[in-house]
Amino acid sequence: MPDTQALVNDFLNKLKKRGSKIEGSQATARQTAELLRSVISQQRVPYTNQAGALIDAVKAIGEQLIAANPVELAVGNIVRRVLHIIREEDLSLTTAAIGGLNLSAVSDDENDDDRDGDSTLSAAAVAAAARSTLRPPSLQTLLEDTPVSAAVPQTSSSGGDSEGKSKSADKSSRSRKLKHDVIEAVNELIQDIVTCHEQIAEQAVEHIHQNEVILTLGSSRTVLEFLFAAKEKKRSFRVFVAEGAPRYQGHLLAKELVARGLQTTLITDSAVFAMISRVNMVIVGAHAVMANGGVIAPVGMNLVALAAQKHAVPFVVLAGSHKLCPLYPHNPEVLLNELRSPSELLDFGEFSDCMDFGSGSGSPLLHVVNPAFDYVPPKLVSLFITDAGGHNPSYMYRLIADYYSADDLVVQRRATAGN
Amino acid sequence: MGAQKKRAAAATAAARVSEDPDDLARQPLQAILLADSFTTKFRPITLERPKVLLPLVNVPMINYTLAWLEAAGVAEVFVFCCAHSKQVIDYLENSEWFSQPNFTVKTIESHNIISAGDALRLIYEQNVIHGDFVLISGDTVSNMLLTQALQEHKERKKKDNNAVMTMIIKKSKPSPITHQSRLGTDELFMAIDPNTKQLLYYEDKADHSKGTICLDKMLLAENPSISLHNDKQDCYIDICSPEVLSLFTDNFDYQHLRRHFVKGLLLDDIMGYKIFTHEIHSSYAARIDNYRSYDIVSKDIIQRWTYPYVPDVKFCGNRATKLERRGMYRASEIEQSRSAQVGSFTVIGCGTKIGSNSKISDSVIGEGCTIGSNVLIEGSYLWDNVIIEDGCELRHVIVCDGVIMKAGAVLKPGVVLSFKVVIGERFVVPAYSKVSLLQQPTVHDSDEELEYADNSSGTVEFSSIQGTADQSNGEMTSESSEAHKPKLGTGGVGYIWSICEGGQEEEWRHSVAPIPEDKLAELSEAMDDDQELVTQDRTALSTSGELISDSNASEGDDNEDSKDDSVYFEKEVEATFLRAVEENVKVDHVILEVNSLRLSYNMTSADCAGAVFYSMMKLAVKTPHSSASELQQNTANIITTWQKLLKSYLLEIDEEVCTIDLDSNYICIFSLLVN
Repeated sequence: MPDTQALVNDFLNKLKKRGSKIEGSQATARQTAELLRSVISQQRVPYTNQAGALIDAVKAIGEQLIAANPVELAVGNIVRRVLHIIREEDLSLTTAAIGGLNLSAVSDDENDDDRDGDSTLSAAAVAAAARSTLRPPSLQTLLEDTPVSAAVPQTSSSGGDSEGKSKSADKSSRSRKLKHDVIEAVNELIQDIVTCHEQIAEQAVEHIHQNEVILTLGSSRTVLEFLFAAKEKKRSFRVFVAEGAPRYQGHLLAKELVARGLQTTLITDSAVFAMISRVNMVIVGAHAVMANGGVIAPVGMNLVALAAQKHAVPFVVLAGSHKLCPLYPHNPEVLLNELRSPSELLDFGEFSDCMDFGSGSGSPLLHVVNPAFDYVPPKLVSLFITDAGGHNPSYMYRLIADYYSADDLVVQRRATAGN
Repeated sequence: MGAQKKRAAAATAAARVSEDPDDLARQPLQAILLADSFTTKFRPITLERPKVLLPLVNVPMINYTLAWLEAAGVAEVFVFCCAHSKQVIDYLENSEWFSQPNFTVKTIESHNIISAGDALRLIYEQNVIHGDFVLISGDTVSNMLLTQALQEHKERKKKDNNAVMTMIIKKSKPSPITHQSRLGTDELFMAIDPNTKQLLYYEDKADHSKGTICLDKMLLAENPSISLHNDKQDCYIDICSPEVLSLFTDNFDYQHLRRHFVKGLLLDDIMGYKIFTHEIHSSYAARIDNYRSYDIVSKDIIQRWTYPYVPDVKFCGNRATKLERRGMYRASEIEQSRSAQVGSFTVIGCGTKIGSNSKISDSVIGEGCTIGSNVLIEGSYLWDNVIIEDGCELRHVIVCDGVIMKAGAVLKPGVVLSFKVVIGERFVVPAYSKVSLLQQPTVHDSDEELEYADNSSGTVEFSSIQGTADQSNGEMTSESSEAHKPKLGTGGVGYIWSICEGGQEEEWRHSVAPIPEDKLAELSEAMDDDQELVTQDRTALSTSGELISDSNASEGDDNEDSKDDSVYFEKEVEATFLRAVEENVKVDHVILEVNSLRLSYNMTSADCAGAVFYSMMKLAVKTPHSSASELQQNTANIITTWQKLLKSYLLEIDEEVCTIDLDSNYICIFSLLVN
């Protein structure tokens, strides 16, 4: 345990440093998942209610992680995803056990042999069936039968796999199996996070067509990979990059695009409206996607979205599934924004005489506000492209029902309120 | 403690074994944090609690410094505790700083240390520093990145073994009226080599009344170019080589870091040690030196210049605080009446209660405070567990832990209430007074801090400028002296300290309260008078910081009459010169005219040279230019055109002006504040 505690503290410190140590939500998400994996593997589970013990352990650490940097929503998302995985695995194990009992009525030993001998398919099928009975049905499970094993239940089918392979006869090994399954599933989650760029980029050709003009704002690795993928497929198109004041990450993006041989035009943020009529599609990254389909994105994005709407240009948001947040933005400007240092906007020395509080009323006359994020309402977003495919903003809550358990949302909310 | 020291010494010994230049570069960065300012600016508060533990926006100051050191990549910090060392060590032991990975905090304790110099000598004796280190005091707030400054320092050190120190400076314009920086410190003059960034001159106690500074002529002779600055702020963050410690040991009379050490090194040309500067632009750094800087740094923090060290980021185990619209920071569990008005840029600590119809703006309220109804709090700093009863008024004051203000009490601007003071009902505490439970020490023998004899010398002279200042404060003096006995209204507990040291007319400079309007008006008036007396530009260094050569500065000794004469003479010469430039008059004719002026005003030819040179410089500055190099070009042009004019006076006079002239082609003269 002390081992994990040190790890947790280390990560907490990094989170508190606000971006100076970990940059980007993908890295944060990956590290969170890895941390939780080690927490789970170190956690001793009791004989009964192992899932409960694991959930409590993850929750306790998750609370600290979320409190350390409430603005980085990816942390909370991953904590909830892991909690969901534990619940799922627990569920599939119990239903598998019940199913196993039903299948073989001969004896306990034979039952186990039977199950081991059985193809993995039966276990997976049982798990899927159990899921559909014990869980609120998601659109996916209702409409499509085949993707059940493709998208969400990937985790559980893997659980079924390992379940089938493991030679667990007695009940005491079931605890180890649960843990093992959970860790497997978390590994897959990490894998998903790591490969999310490629999975999103794979869809690039379907969206970017020959001789199109794409506009983007700021810099996002997802967007970069997406554009590269289209370029590699021999699509020729042009990119307008809005520089993304005040951090000017667009400059970096432009540099990288040019390095890969893409025709790039750099514009100021304020020129977006003037240029938008020449644009075929706006493709941007996001900081987080909220449950209602609204997007939290680098500052200036709302302006781009409004301009796109005015000129009926499709506004496409690329987001890995770790950015999908099950919370609703009740007051996003205040609750989920981060005000950064004013020094990004202006030089302190040049303006030091404007901030001489020593004279007059003593209250500063110059206020410099530097918000990091914008909120783009769902009605301005045309399409979300996640690693699980393209979705409409109104479909987001369905995806969320697939990725998260309703129980965890409430707990997290209490956890944040408790702070 | 002893064990700790021993361990540290052992570590040093181990490190010494493997000491070769390559290893040195890879050594973990160390820092010395002086948890004592060795001044008495924060009295009476510092009699009861060390300065570094005073809350700055509800977080003890030392946390800002330590958090920055950790983020800047310092691996080991030696906290030097002197005054109230027990409190500092206890605090650090209970904080999370001792349990950080990759960041060790060690304390060094001593009680008989009275200055920073002594502290550094003691640290040298302990042999714990074995490489470059950061020297900082525990009241510094910064968010700068050290890497670049450190890199520069190391590279310089590699090239020149005498480059022992890099000072961090930051641009900050001083007020032209009060001649003090926004942090309430005196105007600072620095001469820096623009190419190498070497510090050549450092003066923080310049004489404002004369409006002149005297530079050693060798400074101009030896350096091809210097730039003079009065708009730089010393951040009191130094990157030092280990030699600095031994220098302190060698010169046992070095006490003050700047006044003795820096100036000592600059003057001493035998050893040839050099100090360099590193200017930071976008990041923040400031030291809390007095009540004014406490106020201003607090406001900077609330305005987020120190990001990420702001109240809503938990950088050091501070309570979770939420940032709401218009810069309102609110912790949890606040009870606030519906009718209470909490204005913008306010921080309210956990568990505070605010009564109905109370108004709070631009203030910081600590934890567990109780504020009654109809209370007015403006620009004030309330620490923890303060009780303010109904109808009190607080404007621009500092109120320490546990203070009780009975109903209807009023604190005038600039008041400081120390720990657990009780102010009686409807008692009005006069402006700038300091109230403490402890009586004012009559002799400066407390073990805590020491004030320097020359500390006040620079400021006393200033009082002569604003003669009327005494008048406005006159009533206050009488009040405070009569209230020297414990009298704080009915039920009041505490002593009002009489303001004797430093002169009370100086109080407004360093207090939390903004400078009153009438004082500003008075000062600017005084300055205008001053300017009319002497030349327009020369006096007000802050408005036009032109380089003043020795020939000009020497006039300062003259009495008023000849000063007037010389002023008129210079004006005439300037007018002549300008006319000559405009109308393209022949040089010989100009010489003739200036000569006649010289005779009529009874001046020497050195004066003529000075005046001509001055007019040339002025012309150069006035010619429209966009950059420093263009200005230099202009200057060179003018000087070459009018070389003959200048030379005709230089034949006879002493060589000091000569040096200036001959070098002047190379000296690039920057106007400090080319508006």
